[in-house]
Amino acid sequence: MSALLNKKLLPFYATVAVFIAIFLIGGAMYNNFLSMRVLGNILADNSFIIIAAIGATFVILSGGIDLSVGSMIGFVGVCMAVLDSMGLDPLTTALLMMVFGFAFGAFQGWVIDALDIQPFIITLAGLFLLRGMCFMVTINSVPITHEWADLYSDIRIRLPGNGLLRSSAIVMLISLAAAIILAHFTRFGANVYAIGGDKESARLMGVNVRRTTVLVYAVGGLFAALAGVVYALYTKSGYPLAGTTLELSAIASVVLGGTLLTGGVGLVAGTLFGGMILGLISTLIIFNGSLNSAWILISSGVLLFAFMVMHRFLVGSFGLRD
Amino acid sequence: MAIMKANTAGATRIAMRGIRKAYPGVLALDDVDFELHGGEIHALLGENGAGKSTLIKVLTGALQRDRGEIMLDGEPVNFAKTGDAQDAGISTVYQEVNLIPAMTVTQNLTLEKTHGRFGFISWRKARAQAQQKLDRLGLKVELNRTVGSHSVAIQQMIAIARALDDDTKVLVLDEPTASLDADETAALFDVMRSLKAKGIAIVFITHFLEQVYEVSDRITVLRNGCKIGTSLIGDINRQDLIAMMIGRDLGEVEEAFAGERRDGSGEVVLTAEGVGRKRVLAPFDLTLRAGEVVGLSGLLGSGRTELVKLIFGALKHDSGTLKLANGTAGNNPRASLDAGIVLCPEDRKSEGLVGELSVRENIILSMQAKRGWLRKVSRAEQEKIADEMIRALAIATPDGEKLVRQLSGGNQQKVVLARALASSPRIMLLDEPTRGIDVGAHAEILTLIRTLCEDGLALLVASSEIDEVVASSDRVAVLRDRRKIGELTGEDITRDKIVTMIAGDNL
Amino acid sequence: MKLIEQPFVRRILNGRAIWPLLALAVILIADGFISPGFYEIRIVEGRLFGNLIDILYRAVPTALIALGMAVVIGTRGIDLSVGSIAAIAGAMIAWRIQAGDPHGVVLLYALGAGILCGMWNGMLVAFLGIQPIIATLILMVSGRGIGMLINLIYGGTDPSFQSDFLQWLSTGSILFIPTRLYVFAVIFLLLWLVIRRTALGLFVEATGGNAAASNLAGVNAKLIIFAAYLICGLTAGWAGVILTADTHTSDPVSVALYIELDAILAVVIGGGSLAGGRIYLGMTVIGALVIQALTTSILISGLPPEYNLIIKALVVLFVLVLQSDNARRGIVSKFRRSP
Repeated sequence: MSALLNKKLLPFYATVAVFIAIFLIGGAMYNNFLSMRVLGNILADNSFIIIAAIGATFVILSGGIDLSVGSMIGFVGVCMAVLDSMGLDPLTTALLMMVFGFAFGAFQGWVIDALDIQPFIITLAGLFLLRGMCFMVTINSVPITHEWADLYSDIRIRLPGNGLLRSSAIVMLISLAAAIILAHFTRFGANVYAIGGDKESARLMGVNVRRTTVLVYAVGGLFAALAGVVYALYTKSGYPLAGTTLELSAIASVVLGGTLLTGGVGLVAGTLFGGMILGLISTLIIFNGSLNSAWILISSGVLLFAFMVMHRFLVGSFGLRD
Repeated sequence: MAIMKANTAGATRIAMRGIRKAYPGVLALDDVDFELHGGEIHALLGENGAGKSTLIKVLTGALQRDRGEIMLDGEPVNFAKTGDAQDAGISTVYQEVNLIPAMTVTQNLTLEKTHGRFGFISWRKARAQAQQKLDRLGLKVELNRTVGSHSVAIQQMIAIARALDDDTKVLVLDEPTASLDADETAALFDVMRSLKAKGIAIVFITHFLEQVYEVSDRITVLRNGCKIGTSLIGDINRQDLIAMMIGRDLGEVEEAFAGERRDGSGEVVLTAEGVGRKRVLAPFDLTLRAGEVVGLSGLLGSGRTELVKLIFGALKHDSGTLKLANGTAGNNPRASLDAGIVLCPEDRKSEGLVGELSVRENIILSMQAKRGWLRKVSRAEQEKIADEMIRALAIATPDGEKLVRQLSGGNQQKVVLARALASSPRIMLLDEPTRGIDVGAHAEILTLIRTLCEDGLALLVASSEIDEVVASSDRVAVLRDRRKIGELTGEDITRDKIVTMIAGDNL
Repeated sequence: MKLIEQPFVRRILNGRAIWPLLALAVILIADGFISPGFYEIRIVEGRLFGNLIDILYRAVPTALIALGMAVVIGTRGIDLSVGSIAAIAGAMIAWRIQAGDPHGVVLLYALGAGILCGMWNGMLVAFLGIQPIIATLILMVSGRGIGMLINLIYGGTDPSFQSDFLQWLSTGSILFIPTRLYVFAVIFLLLWLVIRRTALGLFVEATGGNAAASNLAGVNAKLIIFAAYLICGLTAGWAGVILTADTHTSDPVSVALYIELDAILAVVIGGGSLAGGRIYLGMTVIGALVIQALTTSILISGLPPEYNLIIKALVVLFVLVLQSDNARRGIVSKFRRSP
């Protein structure tokens, strides 16, 4: 009985288990790895990927995909930097960019549902468009110099064991909490799971598929824009090539976090661990020193493969969706 | 066929008059009348394509009618979408359970039905609301489990619980028992009876006759888009009912064949011994001979399609052996094709044809598959074969280059037959070769079947139309409840004998 | 010859092929206005030079990959990993040349790597039944890492190489015409023969159109899907060879970056639907030329090359809206409502 109850959560448990295992392996290999300091650093270094991945989780839960995430991060970054050089403060620009991200995502969602075109190809056009717009804004790396940016990066919470929770990690954890509420305690969240689980049934059950689809991509765009803000403030600059191929890391985080790419099954909280697994792997490989960054890509691929086969097996043998 | 006047106590809830609905090339409903009284269970019967689902969809606003009127409690109504019908008190549970399997029972019961403040959901309130819905049916289900982890029967009940509101007047159940076992069905019937006692009118679509007799008050039979009749359950016996569902007056062409049955002296080309598959079809024996048509008769769901697919290898058998004149059959479509067996499937659109390919490409597809990909049938040869087939089967198309999806149903069926014939088979398996096609094409296809048989092919023809089976078969295998229950030959092949066998001895 | 031309001519008459050709013509004519000397072709060092030649020359890698992609899309699939496959093929070249193999054998190594990658994708999609986008995402993510690892095999400090043979294949010329155009023509012809002169094309289109029906008609749908990814791996391998030989260095991180998107775009511009069921090899090449012509026009017009991306995005949207049934229905009904 309880096994049946929890089978939907199996991918999530697997994710947490893999995360802990990798963390422990790291601890066994390197003396000072198993510490709050390393954990705090991983959180901070990967917070923008995880924020983007949280948005992507909604899109993937609804059965779609969003490739425009990486370009959105780049575009938001250059806009932040250029507006900064024009004298606007980071808070205003951040709000502006998030409104833009929401609207851009909503437009993508509308095109996808209204024209009934695969989300893959529409968000691919979004990827091109936003990346091109990056270069229209600037082709240089522009620094962000406003004093509020320094204030922001000075925010930190001390953790036990010499660890630090930096500002980007704090923003990420707050967005995660908001996303969890949105996914699990609102009608919108329930509708996202419903259209990802079975779009036709959801329609017959009274779900407004058009509105939900538009909102899903809008939320995806909003989180991607927030990720861009966090990235820009973290690096204190905007660079038109920033965030290239980050959409893949975001999707990988979601899949590693236990969300099925076919939609309808998964937890927003899983994405945190999925993103942290990717972060752990790169940290481990950098710790090693002798290993090339090639291993980051390959181990991500191997993990992706393992998780996809596992998901496939779960869907097949437990009838997760049928 | 006499149309029986029916009277029941309840007031007329719904009156549908002169409903007509046409799809491109098919008249799905032809001036159908339907009446539903409060507090009755009204069974709607008919074979696939008879128009049951279309009628229901017209009623619930999922489809718009071309003509006719619908009255709810004496008031004319027009539902633009399903939500409108739901608001007016007409709830529907569609054939495939329409729930989200990966979501919990609570979530499924309250999706878009719970309205918290600012779009938030209070799961405490939602659970209470869900519990109330379950209680209404007396269901004991754990609210936090996913719907997908429950049996289909429970899922069905949950779907009904979801559909029922306080003000529901009419409940439509489309094939609710299709995948339930006996106990589950009994439980569902208890629920239906208690709803009936509350004055709710229930439309019960099914193809299980025992269930019709067990639970319903009145019956309406549809066939080929026409209403055949409505009757009180006590006024009609099982044989008459079967005759209403699958009977069909003999056309001239068909009559011409009756009475000249062959004796089955041809060479045996296929022998099935104890072939079966668990949960699909009980093991059966069957032989096919060259120059002989074996008919396959039985109600919807009796295992007609499954038997044909088991022989073709599209379904793998897990017991028995399938022998051909020259060895054992391959148990997969490709091997069957090589052995000279072809299948013309029932569902032309999803299993029969590639709609986006041309008539020519569809016709040569099996032939090409048999030859292998390296030895391509040349374009000239393709055109020659396609033209020959188009002429021989009188396929209505300007040339072989028209896309198959643009053809009418009858012509599509002919393309399926042409594709089978082009692969020069020795055994042809035809599943419902005349479904959904007009009378003219119908007669042509029956004539073709006889001609092929005379050319020495062995044919197995599964059909829901009993008179068609009687008219065209040399031997008839009868199926009931996923089991072959017997064979008829020669003089014994009559409509009455078949109906009696299908109806069973327990009458 | 009549038999070959017939479907092509009919497609033009049906209006499907006319749009990409028209687009290409419009771009080239516009270029003539932007840059007066645009159509000039001259001979330098025994090879033709000029903008038109340049468009053909630069379009080759994308067009090669687009050909394989067209076959995969025909089965209702997609291959995101082609860029990574090109990177792996390039790394194979650098490695085997350092290892001292004859350069003809090196070429076989690179193409073999492409085929192996294609088989991996094909296995995941056809036999494990994983959605194509997801299945090919795996190699897309890890393929460039594999390329970097191969570079490491021989030290990895300097993945550059010298190979007259391979560079001749990529940047050389025969009778004034760049060699890679011959290479492309030969591959195109071979693929055309395999697709249209055998029944493979019909089987791919049948499988993409309706896999269940094709299976019942006797087509081995799984094997067909597998073969499609294999072909795509091979053409991606060739693209990797040409790109890598061009720069004479293996650069797995950035070689053929985003080429999968261009290739998919080329197929779509050429009239192929992502819903599968049709392969248009010739029109796919036109699609690749449209993309390259756009890029070249932006270059000569003096706009920053990055504007290319925006224009590409708008082209994608425009083509998709044209192809979308919903959009067409919506436009038609608008016209009907207000006569």
